[in-house]
Amino acid sequence: MTEQAVAGATIELENLTKHYPGTEQPAVDSVSMEIKAGETVVFVGPSGCGKSTTLKMINRLIEPTGGRIRINGEDVTGIDPVKLRRKVGYAIQSSGLFPHLTVAQNIALVPKMLGWSKARVRDRVGEMLDLVGLDPGEFHDRYPRQLSGGQQQRVGVARALAADPPVLLMDEPFGAVDPITRDHLQDELIRLQHELHKTIVFVTHDFDEAIKLGDRIAVLRERSHIAQFDTPEAILTNPADDFVSGFVGAGAALKRLNLTRVRDVEMRDYPAVTVDTPLQEIFGHLRGSGTNEVLLLDRRRRPYKWLRRGDLMRARGSLARAGTLVHDTVTRDATLRDALEAVLTDNAGRVAVTGRRGEYLGVVDMETLMNSVHELLEEDRLEAMEHQHELAETRTQQTHFAQEGDGGEQKA
Amino acid sequence: MNFWEYLGTRHQQLLVDAYQHASAVFQCMVVATLIGVVVGVVTYRTAWAANLATLTTSTILTMPSLALIGLLIPVVGLGVAPTVIALTLYGLLPITRNAIVGLRGVDPALVDAARGIGMSRTMRLLRIELPLAWPPILTGIRVATQMLMGIAAIAAYASGPGLGNEIFRGLASLGSKNALNQVLAGTLGIIVLALLFDAAYVLIGRLTIPRGIRD
Repeated sequence: MTEQAVAGATIELENLTKHYPGTEQPAVDSVSMEIKAGETVVFVGPSGCGKSTTLKMINRLIEPTGGRIRINGEDVTGIDPVKLRRKVGYAIQSSGLFPHLTVAQNIALVPKMLGWSKARVRDRVGEMLDLVGLDPGEFHDRYPRQLSGGQQQRVGVARALAADPPVLLMDEPFGAVDPITRDHLQDELIRLQHELHKTIVFVTHDFDEAIKLGDRIAVLRERSHIAQFDTPEAILTNPADDFVSGFVGAGAALKRLNLTRVRDVEMRDYPAVTVDTPLQEIFGHLRGSGTNEVLLLDRRRRPYKWLRRGDLMRARGSLARAGTLVHDTVTRDATLRDALEAVLTDNAGRVAVTGRRGEYLGVVDMETLMNSVHELLEEDRLEAMEHQHELAETRTQQTHFAQEGDGGEQKA
Repeated sequence: MNFWEYLGTRHQQLLVDAYQHASAVFQCMVVATLIGVVVGVVTYRTAWAANLATLTTSTILTMPSLALIGLLIPVVGLGVAPTVIALTLYGLLPITRNAIVGLRGVDPALVDAARGIGMSRTMRLLRIELPLAWPPILTGIRVATQMLMGIAAIAAYASGPGLGNEIFRGLASLGSKNALNQVLAGTLGIIVLALLFDAAYVLIGRLTIPRGIRD
């Protein structure tokens, strides 16, 4: 059974507030936001800013003291929280698996509560294990403590998704695993989301994680005030204020490189010849091009050697001995950061780009990278400014409508 | 008559006494477990209630068993009734305390996860909290049983059933030729029963504690 493309649901928070009795300031102060169906939104902010509290109010693990929550337009502020939670997946830090139940029993919990038939539950458990990349035969009857941290986290995600909820809430789910495993799990989540198109709300204090996973990022400051709610690109290039730029941290331009792939930038057309090209022609290329260098490809058109004009002379016309081997290439799907890394380590400051089967596509060098990055940053800046302009306009309109603003807006 | 000859001639009576002893302890344990766990479940969420429950049950335990049984006789009469009441009360402390400790010891993150995936209060208690608290509760039951084995012997003072009768008879006729044998038979019988019960608990633990949380 393949995943039916169940799109996620929209989530609307309207002046959502949590005020604990006996405290002067609310823990979460009038948060309003709209999350589109199928979108991954990351709440990021310093510890104690109320991001987790805000998340837990969406499935009402924490009851809001004010405001409304609407999922797919339906007001869920007043419905039975137990019923609500069965429709909303929930994954937490260090997996939250029940140690006395097997992997299969853990995953089967929600489908069973929803009254699925035994056969359907059994199929679903296998399917979910497959989905998160665990072999059902091997892991079905294991207990959580027999799994590594990363595997536990996968099962945690499988359990959250078992009943196919349109919405998935994730509360620092990868906070307790080592950096390498975390990276894997993040990649995995991106792949999953590509297949499933759930609406995911993800809480983290790691801004890099937010950039990697989020379609949009909400940077929250104390009492869950939204400092900025925008795409990673916009936040990186145009942080709304000092708080956001402080949180983005140093190297925003470098982080921006992570968001763009080599295929999105212009590649240089380098003269390329194959090992079967007659020498005469190769000489012609070398003389004709301004670069003094050609790229030699092997018979399957994969980058093989860099050839300079002098190389052929020194090797007395033998292609086998001439030139320097290509030791590093990047694929079209590599990030610009990877490309920059390769360019910097290359002694001539260029790197060949290859396609899916390793075939040569073009070359990027320092110059092309610089140009692309400049263009990107400029574009982002313009876009962000336009966006802010729009926001400011709608805001003035809203104020007109509402007559009196109630302080729900952030960042005057 | 040496001890073995005594056992040979009196084994019928001894077996009946041993059976009654075991049966009384077992039945009181069942009742004490039920009450203890229920009290634990009702009180563990609130600190003062949990403290009150522990305090009450430990106060009962500090009373000498002979005194408690003596106090019960004018109220409920002689025989089985005071025995059962005393044994059940004494069994409560370890069970209640361990139930409270066990339930409070369940990782709050797990309870949170259980709520988060949509488990109702009852379901959480039955499927998550009690199973996770079961190992300490079982330990409490085990400790309580060992204790009741000894205390049940005192019940013979109130004409209760069990091996205590042997001991009391022996003590009452100290100096007669079978006195020592009687005391010895009663005491050893209780020890053997206690060991058998303990073995049974190890087995119950094996069968009821899921592999995932067994150490």
